[in-house]
Order: sequence, then structure tokens, then C-alpha cells
Amino acid sequence: MTATIQSPRSGKIQPKYRRTGGSKGNFEMLAWLFMRLSGVVLVVLIFGHLTVNLLVGEGIHAIDFGFVAGKWADPFWQFWDLAMLWLAMLHGTNGVRTIINDYAEKDATRLWLKIVLYAATTVIIILGTLVIFTFDPCPVANGVQLPGGFCPAP
Amino acid sequence: MPTKPAGTLYRGREGMWSWVGHRITGVVIFFFLLVHVLDTSLVRVSPEAYTAVIGAYKNPLMALGETGLVAAIVFHAFNGLRIIAVDFWKKGAKYQRQMLWTVLGLWVVVMVGFSIRHLSLALGGH
Repeated sequence: MTATIQSPRSGKIQPKYRRTGGSKGNFEMLAWLFMRLSGVVLVVLIFGHLTVNLLVGEGIHAIDFGFVAGKWADPFWQFWDLAMLWLAMLHGTNGVRTIINDYAEKDATRLWLKIVLYAATTVIIILGTLVIFTFDPCPVANGVQLPGGFCPAP
Repeated sequence: MPTKPAGTLYRGREGMWSWVGHRITGVVIFFFLLVHVLDTSLVRVSPEAYTAVIGAYKNPLMALGETGLVAAIVFHAFNGLRIIAVDFWKKGAKYQRQMLWTVLGLWVVVMVGFSIRHLSLALGGH
């Protein structure tokens, strides 16, 4: 009996030998592509962030509550920071996921490290998003305006 | 009988070390990012809480730390663009070594500029 070996480029690959089409779909290829696309965008977003926050004017000395309030009064910077938050967190999480897969040899270790990673990522993304869109330049606690806020004149 | 492992194209050479550098800088940046979102979130607690914590970034030791962080970010950014070129540019793999030296050259130029500006702002006056 002779086994039939298909020509490599015939496309007739037995399902169990396919790299794609399994339970994982083409997730790994999409993750690979995402790293490159988000990477290019992040170079622009983060270099802009560093220039505006550290190199212009007084640099780091200008950063305080009022500096953040001034930026987030403008939807442009809200969306800049939102895009930076989401893309950087997903890019970084996928990078750390790759590192966990490379170095954690036990199945259980990999599982738990990734559970911790995804939990941290979820918390940070939700927290950051809420902070950007619920920011209040005039915070009030128990009916009293907190010092350092920017409140309209009474 | 081989007496000594022959050299390879990758191991112990530019390709491997740029990969090591990309990993280490990536992890450093990721952990800073977690902290940075948390410290920025203090704007939602109170103006004084935010200004107090951000004040911690303004001492001379932290200025050196920030310079190191930006050094990691700039390397990761430029080497990331090199990786994209290796993957998508027809001649990327052929010129990967030259591109690494270009990355390192640009990194030195950017970091000299950044360090002068940031350290003179952070360490001078105020």
C-alpha cells in the first residue's frame, strides 16, 4: 500500500495539518498584524505626547491638575489620549502574552499569568477610559469645592 | 568532528540582540504604562492628590528615570519600525543589519537632544 502525499502547494492539506482553520482561527496572524499597525500609530501618538508634555514650554514643571484640565477641555486631546490608552495597552498586553507563552512552560502557570495579565489590562483600560470622559475640572466633595479645581465664578 | 560551533546568521549577532533589546524595553514600558494610567487617574480623586503624586516625577532622581524610560521608548519605536520594514519591505531582511545601525544612530541623536532639553528643564531652577 502506498500513501499518497499531496504536493505542498496543491492546497489539499489534511485538516489536522492546517496552520489555520483550527479552533484558534487566524487569531495569531491578526495579533501579529495588530502589533505592526498599532506600532506605527503609537510612534506618532507617543512622540506627540512626549513633545507636548515634556519638551514644550516649561516641560515637566508645567504638569499639574490645571495642565490636565486644559488638555481635556479639548476633545482632540481626549481622543488622542483615548487612542493612546487603548492601543498601548492592547499592544503591550499582546507583547507580554507572547513573552508568557515563550517562557512559562507549565500549562497552569501560563494560564494563571495570562488571567492576571488580562484582568490588569481590563481594569486599566476601563479605568483610564472612565477618567478621560468623566473628568471634572471643578470637583466637589460633600458639597464643598476641592482646592485646586477650576470652578466657574459664583 | 566539530570542535567549535560555527557562527550563525542570527545567534549572538545583531538580529538576536535587537530582539533582546526590544523585549526588555517593551516589558519596561508596559509596567510604566500601568503605573502611569493609575497616577493620571488621581485627577479623578482630587486636584491635590494628582499634583502631589505628579510632584514625585519632578525630583532629580526621577528626571534620570524619565530619561531612561524615554530612551527605552525611542529604541522600541525605531526598532519597531525596523521590524515592520524587515517584514513588509522586499529588501528588509537583506538590510536588517544596516537598519539596526541606523536605528541606533537615530536613537543617539534623539536621546542627546531629549536629554539636554529634559534634564536642563527638570534639574534647572524652579
